[in-house]
Amino acid sequence: MAQPVSLRGNRQSTLNYFRRYWTLYLLLLVPLVYFVVFKYIPMLYIQIAFKKYSLVKSLWEMPWAANNGMEYFIKAFNNRDFLFSLRNTIMLNLLDLVVGFPAPIILALVLNELRFKRFKRVTQTIAYMPHFLSWIIIAGLALQVFAPTTGLVNNLVRGLGMQPIPFLNEPTHWVATYVFLGVWQSIGWNTIIFLSAITAINPELYEAAAMDGAGRLRRMWHVTLPGIRSTIVVMLIIRLGYILGSEFDRPYALGNALVNTVSSVIATFIYHFGIRGLQFSMTTAVGLFQSIVGVIFLLVADRLAKKYGERGIV
Amino acid sequence: MITSRTSKIGDAFVVFICLILIVLCLTPILHIAARSFSTTEALIRSEVSLWPVGFNLEAYKYVLSDGKFTRALWWTALLTVVGTILSLIVTTMCAYPLTYDKLKGRKFFNAIIIFTMFFNAGTIPTYLLLKNIGFLNKPVVLIVPYCLSVFNMILMRSFMSDLPISMRESAEMDGAGPIRVLWSIYLPLCKPVIATLALFYAVGRWNGFSDALMFVNVREYYPIQLLLYNLITAISNIDVITAEGGTAPGLTESLKAAAIMFATVPILLVYPKLQKYFIAGATLGAVKE
Repeated sequence: MAQPVSLRGNRQSTLNYFRRYWTLYLLLLVPLVYFVVFKYIPMLYIQIAFKKYSLVKSLWEMPWAANNGMEYFIKAFNNRDFLFSLRNTIMLNLLDLVVGFPAPIILALVLNELRFKRFKRVTQTIAYMPHFLSWIIIAGLALQVFAPTTGLVNNLVRGLGMQPIPFLNEPTHWVATYVFLGVWQSIGWNTIIFLSAITAINPELYEAAAMDGAGRLRRMWHVTLPGIRSTIVVMLIIRLGYILGSEFDRPYALGNALVNTVSSVIATFIYHFGIRGLQFSMTTAVGLFQSIVGVIFLLVADRLAKKYGERGIV
Repeated sequence: MITSRTSKIGDAFVVFICLILIVLCLTPILHIAARSFSTTEALIRSEVSLWPVGFNLEAYKYVLSDGKFTRALWWTALLTVVGTILSLIVTTMCAYPLTYDKLKGRKFFNAIIIFTMFFNAGTIPTYLLLKNIGFLNKPVVLIVPYCLSVFNMILMRSFMSDLPISMRESAEMDGAGPIRVLWSIYLPLCKPVIATLALFYAVGRWNGFSDALMFVNVREYYPIQLLLYNLITAISNIDVITAEGGTAPGLTESLKAAAIMFATVPILLVYPKLQKYFIAGATLGAVKE
């Protein structure tokens, strides 16, 4: 007999709840519509990776592609340009990781040793600056600073009696310049997270280490680095998770006809062959491949993080 | 004695590294600034390093007299202001309800939002959707499709969640509804995170390039970065600049530099003032994913 009463009570409280909080749902409605329209409805279009794209037919009417719908994946993996851009994506991301990941950690350790407060602040402000510049602006700066005949750097190089260096006009040099500019753009900004991790280290540890006669370098090695170990691991894993992700602006703005073999990445491939070349089915297939591999990498990275006793990212 | 001497050497080394960093960051900007004020002859003879040679304002005069460029500047400024305001409103509408523990369906909403961070449909499906709903080549395509960043929303949500819940509860006791609480308690306290997100969104729109490249073919709607890209990558400046509207060919080198300055200076003026806020924002984001 008690059941109907409690049911009515529940309904009453639910009613009260919605009477009180309906405005929260009203607020959420707009962002939810945004996500549905701009993030979820595009997912319906993924099916054109498995279909023969047609301008005049609706999504559902397009015929399935050959080879059980896998035709465009097969096409992509037989496409030289795609294979190049896949290789370049992985190569550039790995180089970014190897060079660009340790750089801000080292800089954070150095900045942490800086005792002059004002100088430290000024240094940090200036070091954050490149993060706020677009890759178009950075490419504009680089094209002028590294220009083969009139550029600032090559003037110096010539002054030293050497041949001018084709920083952005020859594949190997281009890759090095690409990686260098990535470090230049992100090193300052990426110190923020490590510096804040350093401030969380217990100062007594430094005192104890000093008491034991540890010098500056040994304190860095035995106190600071272990103190930010978990931050380093989490950041590294996040980076690993994005190894097949590809930026668009950076390779697109820095690239040119002379270095296409190393500068084209998956994102620029999709732009050139999809939006410019109208091969929608193949480029959607490529994008799907990239998204799926990306999710797998992230999940594996998350597992790894948890295995090493760190908080995961998913 | 020995330790103090080695620590002095250490200090000197640390300062030295910082000075190198400062030089590396500032040199390119100073060089471009110097080029923008120099004569073309000096540029061609590569005499310009960090100080203008034959100081003049011709390049700036040309850029300012060129209707296309100034219009793109104003257009991008307008897009940036409108886009940032819209983004802040939508981000708040998303973050605030999700801070209510009791909100029924909160887990579900969170899940469908976070999922879009890890898996996205891709460029072409998004392009085709925008085409089908008639967004291509319209100003709206530069404002709406990327107006809400999940990352920024999480920043705001964690900031709001850290505010003491007792304030909200006592306001609710007094009969204030959620909107009232948001307006008179949360928003005033959220100024730091709003300033941070305003900076992130505004820089994102001011620097935005690829959406315009892919979705906009109408020249009047080109934002500054797209115009700048066409200008700086022109291999033979003379061909393109004359094709773009005709100018004295000799001016092009300093013109590029002046154009870069126009796109850069607004950012240089704004970001240092917000340093205190964005540092807090950047660390919050990385710690609380």
